Amino acid sequence: MNEHVVQKLKSRFGEGTFEFHEFRGELTAVVPRDQIVEVCRFLKEDPDLHFDLLADLCGIDMYTPVKRFGVIYNLYSLKSKHRIRLKTFTEEEDPKVPTVSTVWSTANWHERETFDMFGIVFIGHPDLRRMYMPEDFEHYPLRKDFPLMGIPGSLPLPKK
Amino acid sequence: MEAHVEEVPRKSKILQALEDQNTSISFDDPLENDMILNMGPQHPATHGVLRLLVRLDGETVIGCVPELGYLHRGYEKLAENSTYHEFIPHTDRLDYLSPLSNNTAYALAVEKLLGIEAPPRAQYIRVLISELARISSHLLWMGTMGMDVGALTIWMWTFREREKLYDIFENLVGARFTTSFTRIGGIAHDASPESLAMIGKFLDELPANLSECERLLNGNRIFVERCDGIGVITREQAIDLGLTGPSLRSCGVDQDLRRANPYLVYNDLDFDVPLFQGGDTLARYYIRIAEIKESHKILNQVLEKMPQGEVHAFKPKKVLPKKERVYTKMEELIHDFMIINFGVEPPVGEVYHAVESSKGELGFYFYSHGEGYPWRMKIRSPSFVNLQSLPTMLRGAMISDVVAIIGSLDPVMGEADK
Repeated sequence: MNEHVVQKLKSRFGEGTFEFHEFRGELTAVVPRDQIVEVCRFLKEDPDLHFDLLADLCGIDMYTPVKRFGVIYNLYSLKSKHRIRLKTFTEEEDPKVPTVSTVWSTANWHERETFDMFGIVFIGHPDLRRMYMPEDFEHYPLRKDFPLMGIPGSLPLPKK
Repeated sequence: MEAHVEEVPRKSKILQALEDQNTSISFDDPLENDMILNMGPQHPATHGVLRLLVRLDGETVIGCVPELGYLHRGYEKLAENSTYHEFIPHTDRLDYLSPLSNNTAYALAVEKLLGIEAPPRAQYIRVLISELARISSHLLWMGTMGMDVGALTIWMWTFREREKLYDIFENLVGARFTTSFTRIGGIAHDASPESLAMIGKFLDELPANLSECERLLNGNRIFVERCDGIGVITREQAIDLGLTGPSLRSCGVDQDLRRANPYLVYNDLDFDVPLFQGGDTLARYYIRIAEIKESHKILNQVLEKMPQGEVHAFKPKKVLPKKERVYTKMEELIHDFMIINFGVEPPVGEVYHAVESSKGELGFYFYSHGEGYPWRMKIRSPSFVNLQSLPTMLRGAMISDVVAIIGSLDPVMGEADK
């Protein structure tokens, strides 16, 4: 099945567009940022592949000078019971990724959570608010430069 | 692409919620009859610290915005700063109604990353504890669901059964609530014959007790009529919103990870995946009852088929050695020291592994840099995703049905807020 997905993606989007990895039988395709919506829509709507369930979407902080932030999409096909993973990267300055909530509604909250935790802005998201942290919180807790103990004073406390 | 850059909203949550698309109304409201009702986070019927902002027209819900995060403890950050073994106790606190299936899910995901497998007996015991956890969770759900719609007796009856389960957990695991039973490559210790006998006794009594509870609700006209036809979600909406577990199967989608992508020894066990078509609260009730019966079937087979043998894989650099050998053997002492201090050090790579927990698809995603700590861990919690369907289900419902619909989704905020 992994082979089949690779073939399909290559024939639709060209040879050099993706970077494929396979680890423990799981396929990961690294997709250019501006093509992510198109690729997702193709994977969902192709009658043969039919990845109709977005199981999970999350961010990752690679903490590298280039391509610091990534967004990871774990797709599942209810028809073939197969999983694949897509990945796309964005830069530290102005991290922006197009939203896939137009493809799967479930991405709405996942993207809000990713925005909350990493500060990745999803372009075109209908309701990009923080998911867990207070609305006036200024930091992004899952970034690697956010200390485990938190930042003193980042949550305003009542005065003495 | 850059043309549609939207600014990050900087409004207050409530103001933003009011302007939110989900709460906007489709007709004019010149008399301003609409009312915003805040429900929770401290509300007995929202099953934990869930907060809902509901827009009402009279008694009809025309929009709803759930607010999460009141129980956010930052487990994903903690996981990045603890070794793979150290994180096991935290998994108990995710879905605190079925900690044993969280333990199993976590151990399976780490084992997939490491490329090891637990021995057969450990796998059978993992199935055993996962299914016991499912029964325990569904029983609690049955009681609280009855309570949400005003049937108080059922709660006492299902908790009587759960009490027996907790006694079993105490004997089997050593703890009633925070179990932390699985280890990477196995389980903490073997199941004693005594605890297996307790499980056998529980299973013998369960059908009669369950049908007693069922009779109390199935024949209860108030319960059935209050649940029937509310919180309806269609098959397409459910898939689009990423629903999993009983809520998805109540819309007629045949999706159970135990069957679809079998893990542990589910392939060798004979059970059915119950399906219902209604997609409403009543269907979600029936499906959970049917699942308890299927779990009962699985457990009987597990007790029958369980092989003898080790419960730890023999992988000295990956699996913690037995304590008595740590104290007496040099090699094991070194391995124990290395694993505790530096972690198990999986290869560079990433995996996602999901199991069918009582709420739905519980998945763990790991990105490893080859160190003893995961570079990134993501918990795909079913409650979080299922709660997202709440605005869809609530639209057009009566205010008194809100608690029943929340209850029917079976959210656990420990898991939704991570």
